[in-house]
Amino acid sequence: MDNTTLARATMGTSLGFHIVFAVLGVGMPLLMSVAEGLALWRHDESWMVLARRWSRAFAVLFAVGAVSGTVLSFELGLLWPRFMAFSGGIFGLPFSAEGFAFFLEAIFLGLYLYGWERLSPLKHWLTSIPIALSGAASAVFVVMANAWMNTPAGFRLSNGQLVSVDPLGAALNPSTPTEDPHMLVSAYVVTGFLVAAVYAAGLLRGRNDVFHRRGLAAGMAMAAIAIVLAGVTGDSSARFVYGAQPAKFAAMEGLYRTQRGAPITIGGIPSDSQQRVLYGIQIPKGLSFLAAFDPNAEVQGLDSFPPTDRPNPVLVHLSFDSMVGLGTLIGLLAAAFWLMVLRRRKVPLWRPLLMGLVVAGPASVGAMEAGWFVTEFGRQPWVVYGIMRTSDAATSAPALGLMFAIFIAIYAALALTTGRLLLALAARERARGAE
Amino acid sequence: MIGEAELVAGVLWLSLTAYAVLAGADFGGGVWDLFASGPRATAQRAAVAEAMGPVWEANHVWLIFMIVGLFTAFPVTFGVLGLALYFPFSIALFGIVFRGASFAFRAHGSSAVGPLSPWGVVFGVASVVTPIFLGTAAAAVASGSIRAPHGRLSSGFLDGWTSPLGVVIGLFALSMCAYLAAAYLMVENEHRPELLADFRRRAIAAAVVSGVLALIALPIAAVEGPRLLHSLTGRGLPLFVLALLNGPLALWAVWRSRPRIARGAVIAQVVLVLWAWAVGQWPYLVPPDLTISATAAPPESLTAFLFVTAAGGLLLIPSLWLLFRVFKARSPQAEV
Repeated sequence: MDNTTLARATMGTSLGFHIVFAVLGVGMPLLMSVAEGLALWRHDESWMVLARRWSRAFAVLFAVGAVSGTVLSFELGLLWPRFMAFSGGIFGLPFSAEGFAFFLEAIFLGLYLYGWERLSPLKHWLTSIPIALSGAASAVFVVMANAWMNTPAGFRLSNGQLVSVDPLGAALNPSTPTEDPHMLVSAYVVTGFLVAAVYAAGLLRGRNDVFHRRGLAAGMAMAAIAIVLAGVTGDSSARFVYGAQPAKFAAMEGLYRTQRGAPITIGGIPSDSQQRVLYGIQIPKGLSFLAAFDPNAEVQGLDSFPPTDRPNPVLVHLSFDSMVGLGTLIGLLAAAFWLMVLRRRKVPLWRPLLMGLVVAGPASVGAMEAGWFVTEFGRQPWVVYGIMRTSDAATSAPALGLMFAIFIAIYAALALTTGRLLLALAARERARGAE
Repeated sequence: MIGEAELVAGVLWLSLTAYAVLAGADFGGGVWDLFASGPRATAQRAAVAEAMGPVWEANHVWLIFMIVGLFTAFPVTFGVLGLALYFPFSIALFGIVFRGASFAFRAHGSSAVGPLSPWGVVFGVASVVTPIFLGTAAAAVASGSIRAPHGRLSSGFLDGWTSPLGVVIGLFALSMCAYLAAAYLMVENEHRPELLADFRRRAIAAAVVSGVLALIALPIAAVEGPRLLHSLTGRGLPLFVLALLNGPLALWAVWRSRPRIARGAVIAQVVLVLWAWAVGQWPYLVPPDLTISATAAPPESLTAFLFVTAAGGLLLIPSLWLLFRVFKARSPQAEV
């Protein structure tokens, strides 16, 4: 494999690993803060127990997120030195801001995790607020940098040389208003469904106690609100891509031929040789309508772009449909859950629903990862859309294959140990509860 | 001339200093975890974990801030270093990952699954490996081995950091981390005479090793990396002389078991060495080809970075003060 492929594989694996911990770093502090706040406000010890349990698990998750995030910041230079030499000065502003957000999150998390005995209950609760805020701010800032790669703005080139920079314009590039909110709410979607999945699994095993019912309800509350917002922001994001990154949009929809009144194709496998999507379900004029609110609007197909400028439609279309499909399914589950809560005035224990929620946890992660595949594969062959090709950005360093193998081994070890520890922590909490 | 680029370089060097003084001690804590011995080995490990627990993640962020600041303000230098130091940075990165993860696994998981002995060893080994390779990378920069005329790397992937000087400075970085940690642990265990004595002995050992390595490094530098010696005896001379004078003072304070003076003196030692290097190689970021002004990002980027740093600093400094006040102020037992 060439260096570009290996660098992409290493970066992609690192991001795919880190993002799971990163979104929990956004969502868990909010859940912890709300639970602890409820405990103080209502003098309700069970919410406090939940907050403490979550904080113990989060201590491990945050550390893994912090070190895997460090990997990414190094890899920007180790894998993409030429990309960074060009872009660093332009899109560094949000990264710098993210650095401070990470600082605040780490500082207040230290106070939170180790301060249960040293701080008064109110002060302890107050330390959770900057964690939740700076976690969300980190996500917002770092996605600004990615948005810039999609719609680079805020700089002027002359003969390929950078002549002036507007860092604020780069941070607030055209993609930021749609991509940022979508990622932020997705973080809460994943946190909510993962937390709910843990407690749904416990309830299925007959652990029907107040912690499991409240844990499930708290997770589902976050998930339900966030999944609705994810749909709204995702819709505006897709419509933005239609205008700003037409090649990505064509690949997302598997549209080969530029046409008016374009149909939308659900599922199926794009075939480059036949220049169409095989086995998909087509809705006539659906795409033109969704993209432009006009059934006869023209949508650019992949044929509008030279073959060397096209993303891979198989990857992008399947990823896009996976994201939308999984997102829709877990959204329906959330709706079913809350309808049953409203009807029965208590947390439903209907086994098929709980089983669905157990699956919804990993499914929400799948939807988020698929969304990242859309963004990243859809931008190819560019690292900075229309400005710098990915193949021009990669390092010339040797032994990238070995690095890739080592990182795979590291992530496997971290994932296995984290999983084992979280299970052990949960078992200990149950043992404590039984005493 | 102090322009924005120089100001930013100063900010980044300050964060490097903070990283060395704070996170360096966390790596040193890992060293003393690995070499915990005698009847109080468990207590020594517990003291390390207690000292690091609330602060190590915040200490680690200084590194992230430095990396981000470097690519924001000096993108060409960042690209060159990413290539030239690909190997030592990658190895240090593996170390950083294993060190952080294993510490968290042990600190937050061992009560649930019993002693995580393999991860305990990983914690110690990673704490040894990381400073060594960061030190070799520093040696490559300081000795002028990284060649990048017009911002394009022309030296090899092994140049600088694999030299004898690289090895000695790597080991020196490790021993300074261990020295810092031992001095901090003396302060944190003032109220536990036996542990205080344990960490005093360790601090003396680290001081002697650091001193010997520094003495070995100077002749090697004279032969192999004249640039470094030139820096230290040129513009960096006043700070270098202060470092030479401060070394014995620090050792005296450790020897006489004056933890607070020792801690201050060891911190001063690290600061003096780093700033003697920085001032010595001024106005280069990576001598002999990359200067601060020539590799700086456009002025608007520098202004934005300084603005964010000022605004972020307004939030950061009181937060850090709070963190260290809550966990590092004199512990109640010590006042008994």
